[in-house]
Amino acid sequence: MQDYSFDEKHIVHIPTEKALTTEDLQVYYGKNHAMTDASLEFPRYRITALIGASGSGKSTYLRSLNRMNDAIATVEGKIIYRDTDINSKKINVYEVRKHISMVFQRPNPFAKSIRENITFALKRNGIKDKAELEYRVENSLKSAALWDEVKDDLDKSALALSGGQQQRLCIARCVAMKPDILLLDEPASALDPISTAKIEETLKQLRKSYSIIIVTHNMQQASRIADYTAFFHMGHVLEYDKTENIFTNPEIKATEDYISGNFG
Amino acid sequence: MEGIKPEANDKLKMDGIKKELRNPSKATHQDYFGKTISYICIAFVGLLVLSILYFITTRGLATFTQDHVSLWAFLSGSNWNPGMLDSHGNPEIGALPMIVTSFSVTVLAALVATPFAIGVALFMTEISPRRGTKFLQPVIELLVGIPSVVYGFIGLSVIVPLIRHAFGGTGFGILAGTIVLFVMVLPTITSLSIDSIRSVPMYYRSASLALGATRWQTIHKVVLRAATPGILTAIIFGMARAFGEALAVQMVIGNATLMPHGLLTPSSTLTSQLTTGIGNTTMGTLPNNALWSLALILLLMSLVFNIIVRIIGKRGSLK
Repeated sequence: MQDYSFDEKHIVHIPTEKALTTEDLQVYYGKNHAMTDASLEFPRYRITALIGASGSGKSTYLRSLNRMNDAIATVEGKIIYRDTDINSKKINVYEVRKHISMVFQRPNPFAKSIRENITFALKRNGIKDKAELEYRVENSLKSAALWDEVKDDLDKSALALSGGQQQRLCIARCVAMKPDILLLDEPASALDPISTAKIEETLKQLRKSYSIIIVTHNMQQASRIADYTAFFHMGHVLEYDKTENIFTNPEIKATEDYISGNFG
Repeated sequence: MEGIKPEANDKLKMDGIKKELRNPSKATHQDYFGKTISYICIAFVGLLVLSILYFITTRGLATFTQDHVSLWAFLSGSNWNPGMLDSHGNPEIGALPMIVTSFSVTVLAALVATPFAIGVALFMTEISPRRGTKFLQPVIELLVGIPSVVYGFIGLSVIVPLIRHAFGGTGFGILAGTIVLFVMVLPTITSLSIDSIRSVPMYYRSASLALGATRWQTIHKVVLRAATPGILTAIIFGMARAFGEALAVQMVIGNATLMPHGLLTPSSTLTSQLTTGIGNTTMGTLPNNALWSLALILLLMSLVFNIIVRIIGKRGSLK
Protein backbone atom coordinates (compact mmCIF):
# COMPACT_ATOMS: atom_id res chain seq x y z
CA MET A 1 0.00 0.00 0.00
CA GLN A 2 1.42 3.36 -0.94
CA ASP A 3 1.45 6.36 1.39
CA TYR A 4 -1.27 8.91 0.88
CA SER A 5 -1.10 12.48 2.05
CA PHE A 6 -3.34 13.30 4.98
CA ASP A 7 -3.43 16.98 3.98
CA GLU A 8 -5.28 16.32 0.80
CA LYS A 9 -8.92 16.08 1.81
CA HIS A 10 -12.27 16.54 0.23
CA ILE A 11 -14.99 17.12 2.77
CA VAL A 12 -18.35 18.60 1.81
CA HIS A 13 -20.75 20.58 3.97
CA ILE A 14 -24.33 19.46 4.28
CA PRO A 15 -26.82 21.90 2.78
CA THR A 16 -29.83 20.37 4.56
CA GLU A 17 -30.67 20.07 8.24
CA LYS A 18 -27.91 18.49 10.34
CA ALA A 19 -28.43 15.75 12.88
CA LEU A 20 -24.95 15.75 14.33
CA THR A 21 -21.66 17.54 13.73
CA THR A 22 -18.16 16.79 14.90
CA GLU A 23 -15.41 19.38 14.99
CA ASP A 24 -11.74 18.39 15.12
CA LEU A 25 -12.48 15.13 16.90
CA GLN A 26 -9.39 13.38 18.25
CA VAL A 27 -9.35 9.93 19.82
CA TYR A 28 -6.42 8.56 21.79
CA TYR A 29 -5.99 5.03 23.11
CA GLY A 30 -3.33 5.81 25.69
CA LYS A 31 -0.55 7.31 23.53
CA ASN A 32 -1.90 5.88 20.30
CA HIS A 33 -3.54 8.65 18.27
CA ALA A 34 -6.35 6.64 16.67
CA MET A 35 -8.40 9.45 15.12
CA THR A 36 -7.14 12.81 13.91
CA ASP A 37 -9.13 15.96 13.16
CA ALA A 38 -12.40 14.35 12.18
CA SER A 39 -14.82 17.11 11.21
CA LEU A 40 -18.01 15.83 9.66
CA GLU A 41 -21.62 16.95 9.37
CA PHE A 42 -24.31 14.31 9.37
CA PRO A 43 -27.62 15.09 7.62
CA ARG A 44 -30.94 14.53 9.33
CA TYR A 45 -33.16 11.69 8.08
CA ARG A 46 -30.42 10.34 5.84
CA ILE A 47 -28.10 7.38 5.95
CA THR A 48 -24.40 8.13 6.18
CA ALA A 49 -21.91 5.31 5.66
CA LEU A 50 -18.42 5.27 7.12
CA ILE A 51 -16.10 3.12 4.99
CA GLY A 52 -12.42 2.30 5.13
CA ALA A 53 -10.02 -0.56 5.75
CA SER A 54 -9.72 -2.36 9.08
CA GLY A 55 -7.99 -0.16 11.62
CA SER A 56 -8.84 3.04 9.76
CA GLY A 57 -10.62 4.38 12.85
CA LYS A 58 -14.21 4.31 11.59
CA SER A 59 -15.55 2.19 14.45
CA THR A 60 -13.54 4.21 16.94
CA TYR A 61 -15.10 7.37 15.54
CA LEU A 62 -18.61 5.91 15.61
CA ARG A 63 -18.32 4.73 19.19
CA SER A 64 -17.19 8.19 20.26
CA LEU A 65 -20.38 9.75 18.94
CA ASN A 66 -22.51 8.45 21.83
CA ARG A 67 -19.70 8.36 24.35
CA MET A 68 -19.30 4.57 24.32
CA ASN A 69 -15.54 5.14 24.19
CA ASP A 70 -15.42 6.94 27.53
CA ALA A 71 -14.11 3.97 29.44
CA ILE A 72 -11.33 2.99 27.06
CA ALA A 73 -10.20 6.12 25.19
CA THR A 74 -9.68 9.84 25.47
CA VAL A 75 -11.87 11.81 23.08
CA GLU A 76 -11.10 15.47 22.38
CA GLY A 77 -12.89 17.97 20.18
CA LYS A 78 -16.54 18.84 19.79
CA ILE A 79 -19.57 16.69 19.06
CA ILE A 80 -22.46 19.05 18.42
CA TYR A 81 -25.96 17.69 18.88
CA ARG A 82 -28.87 20.13 19.06
CA ASP A 83 -26.47 23.07 19.55
CA THR A 84 -24.86 21.33 22.52
CA ASP A 85 -21.35 19.95 22.75
CA ILE A 86 -22.10 16.47 24.06
CA ASN A 87 -18.42 15.66 24.40
CA SER A 88 -18.19 17.95 27.41
CA LYS A 89 -17.52 16.52 30.87
CA LYS A 90 -20.67 18.05 32.29
CA ILE A 91 -22.95 16.19 29.89
CA ASN A 92 -25.18 13.38 31.22
CA VAL A 93 -23.98 10.47 29.08
CA TYR A 94 -27.04 8.37 29.86
CA GLU A 95 -29.27 11.01 28.29
CA VAL A 96 -26.95 11.20 25.27
CA ARG A 97 -27.35 7.48 24.67
CA LYS A 98 -31.13 7.72 24.87
CA HIS A 99 -31.06 10.08 21.91
CA ILE A 100 -28.12 8.53 20.10
CA SER A 101 -28.51 4.77 20.24
CA MET A 102 -26.12 2.08 19.05
CA VAL A 103 -26.32 -1.34 17.38
CA PHE A 104 -23.19 -3.48 17.53
CA GLN A 105 -21.39 -5.68 15.05
CA ARG A 106 -22.27 -8.88 16.85
CA PRO A 107 -25.97 -9.28 17.67
CA ASN A 108 -26.14 -8.87 21.44
CA PRO A 109 -29.66 -9.51 22.72
CA PHE A 110 -30.02 -10.11 26.46
CA ALA A 111 -30.73 -13.67 27.61
CA LYS A 112 -34.34 -12.64 28.14
CA SER A 113 -37.54 -12.96 26.16
CA ILE A 114 -38.05 -10.99 22.95
CA ARG A 115 -40.54 -8.76 24.73
CA GLU A 116 -38.22 -8.12 27.68
CA ASN A 117 -35.36 -7.25 25.36
CA ILE A 118 -37.42 -4.35 24.10
CA THR A 119 -39.05 -3.30 27.36
CA PHE A 120 -35.74 -3.41 29.28
CA ALA A 121 -34.61 0.10 28.38
CA LEU A 122 -38.16 1.45 28.42
CA LYS A 123 -38.73 0.24 31.97
CA ARG A 124 -35.36 1.60 33.09
CA ASN A 125 -36.55 4.88 31.63
CA GLY A 126 -39.65 4.90 33.80
CA ILE A 127 -42.29 3.70 31.31
CA LYS A 128 -44.55 1.40 33.33
CA ASP A 129 -47.90 1.65 31.54
CA LYS A 130 -48.65 -1.81 30.10
CA ALA A 131 -50.54 -0.56 27.07
CA GLU A 132 -47.74 1.85 26.21
CA LEU A 133 -45.14 -0.92 26.56
CA GLU A 134 -47.18 -3.28 24.36
CA TYR A 135 -47.63 -0.57 21.78
CA ARG A 136 -43.92 0.18 21.68
CA VAL A 137 -43.00 -3.51 21.44
CA GLU A 138 -45.30 -4.02 18.46
CA ASN A 139 -44.36 -0.78 16.79
CA SER A 140 -40.62 -1.20 17.14
CA LEU A 141 -40.73 -4.79 15.93
CA LYS A 142 -42.72 -3.62 12.92
CA SER A 143 -40.17 -0.91 12.20
CA ALA A 144 -37.42 -3.52 12.29
CA ALA A 145 -39.46 -5.81 9.99
CA LEU A 146 -39.47 -8.52 12.62
CA TRP A 147 -43.06 -8.40 13.83
CA ASP A 148 -44.51 -10.94 11.41
CA GLU A 149 -41.81 -13.45 12.26
CA VAL A 150 -42.06 -13.24 16.06
CA LYS A 151 -45.49 -11.88 16.97
CA ASP A 152 -46.61 -15.27 18.36
CA ASP A 153 -43.36 -15.90 20.23
CA LEU A 154 -42.83 -12.68 22.12
CA ASP A 155 -42.21 -14.55 25.37
CA LYS A 156 -39.65 -16.91 23.89
CA SER A 157 -35.95 -16.41 24.54
CA ALA A 158 -34.31 -13.94 22.17
CA LEU A 159 -31.37 -16.31 21.96
CA ALA A 160 -33.54 -18.80 20.05
CA LEU A 161 -33.74 -16.36 17.10
CA SER A 162 -31.40 -16.59 14.12
CA GLY A 163 -28.47 -14.19 13.88
CA GLY A 164 -30.25 -11.90 11.44
CA GLN A 165 -33.41 -11.87 13.55
CA GLN A 166 -31.35 -11.13 16.65
CA GLN A 167 -29.74 -8.19 14.93
CA ARG A 168 -33.13 -6.82 13.84
CA LEU A 169 -34.29 -7.29 17.44
CA CYS A 170 -31.32 -5.17 18.55
CA ILE A 171 -32.39 -2.51 16.07
CA ALA A 172 -35.99 -2.74 17.34
CA ARG A 173 -34.70 -2.40 20.89
CA CYS A 174 -33.05 0.89 19.97
CA VAL A 175 -36.01 2.14 17.94
CA ALA A 176 -38.37 1.50 20.88
CA MET A 177 -36.53 4.21 22.80
CA LYS A 178 -37.42 6.65 19.98
CA PRO A 179 -33.91 8.03 19.59
CA ASP A 180 -32.92 10.72 17.10
CA ILE A 181 -29.89 9.02 15.71
CA LEU A 182 -29.06 5.35 15.18
CA LEU A 183 -25.40 4.35 15.13
CA LEU A 184 -24.70 0.96 13.56
CA ASP A 185 -21.28 -0.67 13.78
CA GLU A 186 -21.04 -3.15 10.89
CA PRO A 187 -24.47 -4.54 11.74
CA ALA A 188 -24.53 -7.06 8.90
CA SER A 189 -20.94 -8.27 8.85
CA ALA A 190 -21.76 -11.41 10.84
CA LEU A 191 -24.85 -12.25 8.77
CA ASP A 192 -25.64 -14.16 5.61
CA PRO A 193 -26.66 -12.29 2.41
CA ILE A 194 -30.41 -12.78 2.89
CA SER A 195 -30.33 -11.46 6.45
CA THR A 196 -28.11 -8.62 5.25
CA ALA A 197 -30.65 -7.68 2.59
CA LYS A 198 -33.39 -7.61 5.23
CA ILE A 199 -31.32 -5.36 7.48
CA GLU A 200 -30.64 -3.01 4.59
CA GLU A 201 -34.35 -2.89 3.72
CA THR A 202 -35.11 -2.14 7.38
CA LEU A 203 -32.60 0.70 7.43
CA LYS A 204 -34.06 2.24 4.29
CA GLN A 205 -37.48 2.26 5.97
CA LEU A 206 -36.08 3.68 9.21
CA ARG A 207 -34.45 6.54 7.32
CA LYS A 208 -37.85 8.25 7.17
CA SER A 209 -37.82 8.95 10.89
CA TYR A 210 -34.23 8.49 12.02
CA SER A 211 -30.82 9.78 11.12
CA ILE A 212 -28.57 6.79 10.59
CA ILE A 213 -24.80 6.50 10.68
CA ILE A 214 -23.47 3.10 9.69
CA VAL A 215 -19.97 1.68 9.65
CA THR A 216 -19.52 -0.92 6.95
CA HIS A 217 -16.79 -3.00 5.38
CA ASN A 218 -19.01 -3.75 2.48
CA MET A 219 -18.73 -1.09 -0.21
CA GLN A 220 -21.71 -2.40 -2.17
CA GLN A 221 -23.75 -2.01 0.97
CA ALA A 222 -22.64 1.59 1.33
CA SER A 223 -23.48 2.34 -2.29
CA ARG A 224 -26.87 0.62 -1.97
CA ILE A 225 -28.19 2.34 1.12
CA ALA A 226 -26.18 5.43 2.00
CA ASP A 227 -26.94 9.00 0.98
CA TYR A 228 -23.55 10.23 2.08
CA THR A 229 -20.30 8.33 2.52
CA ALA A 230 -17.13 9.15 4.43
CA PHE A 231 -13.86 7.44 3.61
CA PHE A 232 -11.55 6.79 6.56
CA HIS A 233 -7.86 6.04 6.17
CA MET A 234 -5.39 5.43 8.99
CA GLY A 235 -7.19 7.58 11.53
CA HIS A 236 -8.07 10.39 9.12
CA VAL A 237 -11.22 11.24 7.21
CA LEU A 238 -9.96 11.85 3.68
CA GLU A 239 -13.15 12.23 1.71
CA TYR A 240 -16.78 12.94 2.52
CA ASP A 241 -19.39 13.49 -0.14
CA LYS A 242 -22.63 12.25 -1.60
CA THR A 243 -22.39 8.48 -2.05
CA GLU A 244 -22.74 8.62 -5.82
CA ASN A 245 -19.84 11.06 -6.07
CA ILE A 246 -17.64 8.90 -3.85
CA PHE A 247 -18.26 5.80 -5.89
CA THR A 248 -18.35 7.27 -9.38
CA ASN A 249 -16.04 10.22 -9.20
CA PRO A 250 -13.82 10.32 -6.09
CA GLU A 251 -11.65 13.40 -5.66
CA ILE A 252 -8.92 11.76 -3.64
CA LYS A 253 -6.52 9.12 -4.93
CA ALA A 254 -6.73 7.02 -1.74
CA THR A 255 -10.53 6.81 -2.04
CA GLU A 256 -10.32 5.80 -5.63
CA ASP A 257 -7.77 3.09 -4.87
CA TYR A 258 -9.83 1.79 -1.98
CA ILE A 259 -13.15 1.58 -3.81
CA SER A 260 -11.54 0.01 -6.82
CA GLY A 261 -10.06 -2.65 -4.58
CA ASN A 262 -6.40 -1.71 -4.81
CA PHE A 263 -5.99 -2.04 -1.04
CA GLY A 264 -8.01 -2.76 2.05
CA MET B 1 18.34 -50.60 -5.11
CA GLU B 2 20.16 -51.09 -8.34
CA GLY B 3 18.88 -53.93 -10.48
CA ILE B 4 15.33 -53.77 -9.12
CA LYS B 5 12.71 -52.49 -11.52
CA PRO B 6 10.87 -49.32 -10.55
CA GLU B 7 7.56 -51.22 -10.25
CA ALA B 8 9.14 -53.70 -7.85
CA ASN B 9 10.55 -50.81 -5.86
CA ASP B 10 7.07 -49.32 -5.59
CA LYS B 11 5.70 -52.63 -4.45
CA LEU B 12 8.31 -52.88 -1.69
CA LYS B 13 7.38 -49.41 -0.52
CA MET B 14 3.67 -50.26 -0.50
CA ASP B 15 4.32 -53.35 1.59
CA GLY B 16 6.30 -51.26 4.05
CA ILE B 17 3.43 -48.78 4.45
CA LYS B 18 0.94 -51.62 4.83
CA LYS B 19 3.05 -53.12 7.56
CA GLU B 20 3.36 -49.80 9.37
CA LEU B 21 -0.37 -49.23 9.18
CA ARG B 22 -1.18 -52.62 10.66
CA ASN B 23 1.41 -52.96 13.41
CA PRO B 24 1.61 -51.08 16.73
CA SER B 25 4.46 -48.61 17.07
CA LYS B 26 6.15 -46.84 19.94
CA ALA B 27 3.51 -44.12 19.83
CA THR B 28 0.63 -46.57 20.18
CA HIS B 29 2.40 -48.27 23.09
CA GLN B 30 2.75 -44.92 24.82
CA ASP B 31 -0.95 -44.28 24.33
CA TYR B 32 -1.79 -47.62 25.84
CA PHE B 33 0.61 -47.13 28.75
CA GLY B 34 -0.77 -43.66 29.58
CA LYS B 35 -4.33 -44.87 29.38
CA THR B 36 -3.62 -47.79 31.71
CA ILE B 37 -2.00 -45.55 34.32
CA SER B 38 -4.84 -43.09 34.34
CA TYR B 39 -7.41 -45.90 34.61
CA ILE B 40 -5.51 -47.35 37.59
CA CYS B 41 -5.54 -43.94 39.29
CA ILE B 42 -9.24 -43.49 38.64
CA ALA B 43 -9.98 -46.96 39.98
CA PHE B 44 -7.97 -46.26 43.13
CA VAL B 45 -9.70 -42.94 43.82
CA GLY B 46 -13.09 -44.45 43.06
CA LEU B 47 -12.39 -47.34 45.43
CA LEU B 48 -11.31 -44.88 48.12
CA VAL B 49 -14.52 -42.87 47.83
CA LEU B 50 -16.67 -46.00 47.76
CA SER B 51 -15.01 -47.47 50.83
CA ILE B 52 -15.40 -44.19 52.75
CA LEU B 53 -19.07 -44.10 51.79
CA TYR B 54 -19.51 -47.76 52.75
CA PHE B 55 -17.71 -47.35 56.05
CA ILE B 56 -19.62 -44.27 57.18
CA THR B 57 -22.93 -45.69 56.02
CA THR B 58 -22.59 -49.06 57.75
CA ARG B 59 -21.25 -47.47 60.92
CA GLY B 60 -23.85 -44.74 60.83
CA LEU B 61 -26.68 -47.22 60.33
CA ALA B 62 -25.42 -49.50 63.09
CA THR B 63 -27.14 -47.26 65.61
CA PHE B 64 -30.44 -48.18 64.06
CA THR B 65 -29.76 -51.80 63.05
CA GLN B 66 -27.68 -53.10 65.98
CA ASP B 67 -28.79 -50.86 68.79
CA HIS B 68 -32.40 -50.64 67.60
CA VAL B 69 -32.73 -46.92 68.09
CA SER B 70 -35.60 -45.61 65.99
CA LEU B 71 -34.63 -43.21 63.23
CA TRP B 72 -37.41 -40.90 64.31
CA ALA B 73 -36.12 -40.75 67.90
CA PHE B 74 -32.67 -39.95 66.56
CA LEU B 75 -33.84 -37.14 64.28
CA SER B 76 -36.46 -35.61 66.57
CA GLY B 77 -35.20 -36.27 70.10
CA SER B 78 -33.64 -33.34 71.87
CA ASN B 79 -31.63 -35.13 74.55
CA TRP B 80 -28.15 -36.28 73.66
CA ASN B 81 -26.53 -38.50 76.21
CA PRO B 82 -25.55 -41.72 74.44
CA GLY B 83 -24.20 -43.45 77.53
CA MET B 84 -27.45 -43.17 79.49
CA LEU B 85 -30.93 -44.65 79.26
CA ASP B 86 -34.04 -42.54 79.65
CA SER B 87 -37.04 -43.40 81.87
CA HIS B 88 -38.38 -45.81 79.21
CA GLY B 89 -35.09 -47.65 79.03
CA ASN B 90 -34.18 -46.25 75.60
CA PRO B 91 -30.77 -44.69 74.96
CA GLU B 92 -30.82 -40.89 74.87
CA ILE B 93 -29.56 -40.04 71.42
CA GLY B 94 -31.63 -37.20 70.07
CA ALA B 95 -29.61 -35.33 67.44
CA LEU B 96 -32.12 -32.56 66.82
CA PRO B 97 -30.25 -29.88 68.84
CA MET B 98 -27.11 -30.44 66.79
CA ILE B 99 -29.02 -30.50 63.53
CA VAL B 100 -30.80 -27.27 64.40
CA THR B 101 -27.58 -25.58 65.51
CA SER B 102 -25.68 -26.70 62.42
CA PHE B 103 -28.35 -25.33 60.12
CA SER B 104 -28.66 -22.12 62.15
CA VAL B 105 -24.98 -21.20 62.01
CA THR B 106 -24.76 -22.22 58.34
CA VAL B 107 -27.78 -20.24 57.16
CA LEU B 108 -26.99 -17.22 59.33
CA ALA B 109 -23.35 -17.10 58.23
CA ALA B 110 -24.38 -17.34 54.57
CA LEU B 111 -27.05 -14.68 55.02
CA VAL B 112 -24.61 -12.25 56.62
CA ALA B 113 -21.74 -13.02 54.25
CA THR B 114 -23.63 -12.86 50.93
CA PRO B 115 -24.28 -9.09 50.77
CA PHE B 116 -20.67 -8.38 51.70
CA ALA B 117 -19.40 -10.94 49.19
CA ILE B 118 -21.51 -9.52 46.33
CA GLY B 119 -20.45 -5.99 47.27
CA VAL B 120 -16.77 -6.89 47.18
CA ALA B 121 -17.23 -8.93 43.98
CA LEU B 122 -18.95 -6.01 42.23
CA PHE B 123 -16.23 -3.64 43.34
CA MET B 124 -13.57 -5.96 41.97
CA THR B 125 -15.29 -6.63 38.65
CA GLU B 126 -17.42 -3.62 37.74
CA ILE B 127 -16.38 -0.62 39.78
CA SER B 128 -12.62 -0.77 40.09
CA PRO B 129 -11.25 -3.91 38.42
CA ARG B 130 -7.63 -2.79 38.50
CA ARG B 131 -7.35 -1.64 42.10
CA GLY B 132 -9.72 -4.36 43.21
CA THR B 133 -7.61 -7.09 41.71
CA LYS B 134 -4.40 -5.55 42.98
CA PHE B 135 -5.40 -5.07 46.61
CA LEU B 136 -8.43 -7.21 47.33
CA GLN B 137 -7.40 -10.38 45.50
CA PRO B 138 -4.43 -10.99 47.86
CA VAL B 139 -6.64 -10.22 50.87
CA ILE B 140 -9.19 -12.82 49.76
CA GLU B 141 -6.49 -15.38 49.06
CA LEU B 142 -5.03 -14.72 52.50
CA LEU B 143 -8.41 -15.21 54.16
CA VAL B 144 -8.76 -18.58 52.41
CA GLY B 145 -5.29 -19.65 53.49
CA ILE B 146 -5.62 -18.95 57.23
CA PRO B 147 -6.07 -22.28 59.06
CA SER B 148 -9.41 -22.73 60.77
CA VAL B 149 -7.82 -23.18 64.18
CA VAL B 150 -6.55 -19.60 63.93
CA TYR B 151 -10.05 -18.34 63.18
CA GLY B 152 -11.32 -20.32 66.16
CA PHE B 153 -8.59 -18.91 68.38
CA ILE B 154 -9.42 -15.34 67.36
CA GLY B 155 -13.10 -16.09 67.91
CA LEU B 156 -12.37 -17.50 71.33
CA SER B 157 -10.18 -14.64 72.51
CA VAL B 158 -11.90 -11.69 70.79
CA ILE B 159 -15.45 -12.46 69.65
CA VAL B 160 -16.60 -14.49 72.66
CA PRO B 161 -15.50 -11.89 75.30
CA LEU B 162 -16.98 -9.15 73.11
CA ILE B 163 -20.37 -10.87 72.99
CA ARG B 164 -20.16 -11.57 76.74
CA HIS B 165 -19.66 -7.87 77.43
CA ALA B 166 -22.27 -6.71 74.99
CA PHE B 167 -25.11 -9.14 75.63
CA GLY B 168 -24.21 -10.93 78.86
CA GLY B 169 -24.17 -14.71 79.27
CA THR B 170 -21.12 -16.78 78.52
CA GLY B 171 -20.50 -15.38 75.05
CA PHE B 172 -20.40 -18.88 73.59
CA GLY B 173 -23.18 -19.81 71.21
CA ILE B 174 -24.67 -19.55 67.75
CA LEU B 175 -23.86 -15.83 67.44
CA ALA B 176 -20.15 -16.38 68.04
CA GLY B 177 -20.20 -19.36 65.65
CA THR B 178 -21.97 -17.30 63.00
CA ILE B 179 -19.45 -14.48 63.22
CA VAL B 180 -16.47 -16.82 62.91
CA LEU B 181 -18.07 -18.72 60.03
CA PHE B 182 -19.01 -15.44 58.32
CA VAL B 183 -15.32 -14.56 58.01
CA MET B 184 -14.52 -18.09 56.86
CA VAL B 185 -17.15 -18.37 54.11
CA LEU B 186 -16.80 -14.76 52.93
CA PRO B 187 -13.77 -15.46 50.67
CA THR B 188 -15.38 -18.60 49.25
CA ILE B 189 -18.59 -16.82 48.28
CA THR B 190 -16.69 -13.74 47.09
CA SER B 191 -14.24 -15.46 44.78
CA LEU B 192 -16.89 -17.70 43.20
CA SER B 193 -19.19 -14.68 42.73
CA ILE B 194 -16.32 -12.83 41.06
CA ASP B 195 -15.87 -15.70 38.59
CA SER B 196 -19.56 -15.72 37.86
CA ILE B 197 -19.80 -11.94 37.31
CA ARG B 198 -16.67 -11.95 35.15
CA SER B 199 -18.18 -14.61 32.93
CA VAL B 200 -21.12 -12.34 32.04
CA PRO B 201 -20.29 -11.39 28.43
CA MET B 202 -19.00 -7.85 27.93
CA TYR B 203 -21.54 -7.24 25.16
CA TYR B 204 -24.43 -7.48 27.63
CA ARG B 205 -22.97 -4.45 29.35
CA SER B 206 -22.41 -2.51 26.11
CA ALA B 207 -25.93 -3.37 24.94
CA SER B 208 -27.43 -2.04 28.12
CA LEU B 209 -25.29 1.11 28.21
CA ALA B 210 -25.91 1.85 24.53
CA LEU B 211 -29.64 1.91 25.28
CA GLY B 212 -29.14 4.66 27.81
CA ALA B 213 -29.29 2.48 30.94
CA THR B 214 -27.15 3.80 33.77
CA ARG B 215 -24.20 1.91 35.17
CA TRP B 216 -26.17 0.97 38.27
CA GLN B 217 -29.14 -0.22 36.21
CA THR B 218 -26.77 -2.24 34.06
CA ILE B 219 -25.13 -3.87 37.09
CA HIS B 220 -28.42 -4.47 38.85
CA LYS B 221 -30.65 -5.58 35.99
CA VAL B 222 -28.24 -7.13 33.51
CA VAL B 223 -24.97 -8.22 35.11
CA LEU B 224 -26.30 -9.49 38.44
CA ARG B 225 -29.31 -11.06 36.77
CA ALA B 226 -27.13 -12.99 34.37
CA ALA B 227 -24.73 -13.97 37.16
CA THR B 228 -27.46 -15.18 39.53
CA PRO B 229 -27.01 -18.94 38.96
CA GLY B 230 -23.29 -18.56 39.60
CA ILE B 231 -23.84 -16.48 42.72
CA LEU B 232 -26.33 -19.03 44.07
CA THR B 233 -23.75 -21.73 43.48
CA ALA B 234 -21.23 -19.59 45.36
CA ILE B 235 -23.61 -19.29 48.31
CA ILE B 236 -24.23 -23.04 48.39
CA PHE B 237 -20.50 -23.72 48.32
CA GLY B 238 -20.09 -21.27 51.20
CA MET B 239 -22.87 -23.04 53.11
CA ALA B 240 -21.24 -26.41 52.49
CA ARG B 241 -18.03 -25.07 53.94
CA ALA B 242 -19.83 -23.60 56.96
CA PHE B 243 -21.78 -26.80 57.54
CA GLY B 244 -18.65 -28.91 57.51
CA GLU B 245 -16.38 -26.63 59.54
CA ALA B 246 -15.56 -28.31 62.86
CA LEU B 247 -12.62 -26.90 64.73
CA ALA B 248 -13.24 -23.16 64.63
CA VAL B 249 -16.89 -23.67 65.48
CA GLN B 250 -16.11 -26.05 68.30
CA MET B 251 -13.94 -23.39 69.95
CA VAL B 252 -16.69 -20.77 70.14
CA ILE B 253 -20.03 -22.60 70.15
CA GLY B 254 -19.95 -23.72 73.79
CA ASN B 255 -20.38 -27.45 73.15
CA ALA B 256 -23.48 -27.97 75.23
CA THR B 257 -25.72 -30.58 73.62
CA LEU B 258 -28.83 -28.58 74.39
CA MET B 259 -31.57 -27.27 72.16
CA PRO B 260 -30.52 -23.67 71.40
CA HIS B 261 -33.01 -21.17 72.81
CA GLY B 262 -31.42 -18.15 71.25
CA LEU B 263 -28.26 -16.94 69.60
CA LEU B 264 -26.46 -16.56 72.89
CA THR B 265 -26.92 -19.88 74.65
CA PRO B 266 -24.10 -22.45 74.38
CA SER B 267 -24.97 -25.22 71.96
CA SER B 268 -23.29 -27.75 69.70
CA THR B 269 -23.17 -28.47 65.98
CA LEU B 270 -22.92 -31.90 64.35
CA THR B 271 -19.25 -31.36 63.63
CA SER B 272 -18.34 -29.91 67.01
CA GLN B 273 -20.11 -32.81 68.73
CA LEU B 274 -18.14 -35.24 66.57
CA THR B 275 -14.77 -33.71 67.43
CA THR B 276 -15.67 -33.41 71.09
CA GLY B 277 -17.01 -36.93 71.45
CA ILE B 278 -14.79 -39.01 69.20
CA GLY B 279 -11.97 -39.39 71.71
CA ASN B 280 -14.25 -40.43 74.56
CA THR B 281 -15.96 -43.43 73.04
CA THR B 282 -15.01 -46.99 72.18
CA MET B 283 -15.42 -48.37 68.70
CA GLY B 284 -18.47 -50.59 68.35
CA THR B 285 -20.37 -49.26 71.35
CA LEU B 286 -23.62 -47.32 71.11
CA PRO B 287 -22.06 -43.91 71.96
CA ASN B 288 -19.54 -44.45 69.18
CA ASN B 289 -22.15 -45.62 66.69
CA ALA B 290 -24.24 -42.58 67.51
CA LEU B 291 -21.35 -40.35 66.50
CA TRP B 292 -21.08 -42.22 63.21
CA SER B 293 -24.75 -41.48 62.64
CA LEU B 294 -23.94 -37.79 63.03
CA ALA B 295 -21.18 -38.24 60.45
CA LEU B 296 -23.68 -39.90 58.14
CA ILE B 297 -25.96 -36.86 58.39
CA LEU B 298 -22.99 -34.64 57.48
CA LEU B 299 -22.21 -36.84 54.50
CA LEU B 300 -25.80 -36.79 53.28
CA MET B 301 -25.96 -33.02 53.68
CA SER B 302 -22.81 -32.46 51.64
CA LEU B 303 -24.39 -34.71 49.00
CA VAL B 304 -27.51 -32.52 49.09
CA PHE B 305 -25.40 -29.36 48.71
CA ASN B 306 -23.67 -30.92 45.71
CA ILE B 307 -26.93 -31.88 44.08
CA ILE B 308 -28.27 -28.35 44.56
CA VAL B 309 -25.16 -26.93 42.91
CA ARG B 310 -25.64 -29.32 39.99
CA ILE B 311 -29.28 -28.36 39.57
CA ILE B 312 -28.48 -24.65 39.63
CA GLY B 313 -25.69 -25.20 37.14
CA LYS B 314 -28.02 -26.96 34.74
CA ARG B 315 -30.72 -24.35 35.07
CA GLY B 316 -28.18 -21.61 34.51
CA SER B 317 -26.66 -23.14 31.41
CA LEU B 318 -30.05 -23.49 29.73
CA LYS B 319 -30.43 -19.73 29.47
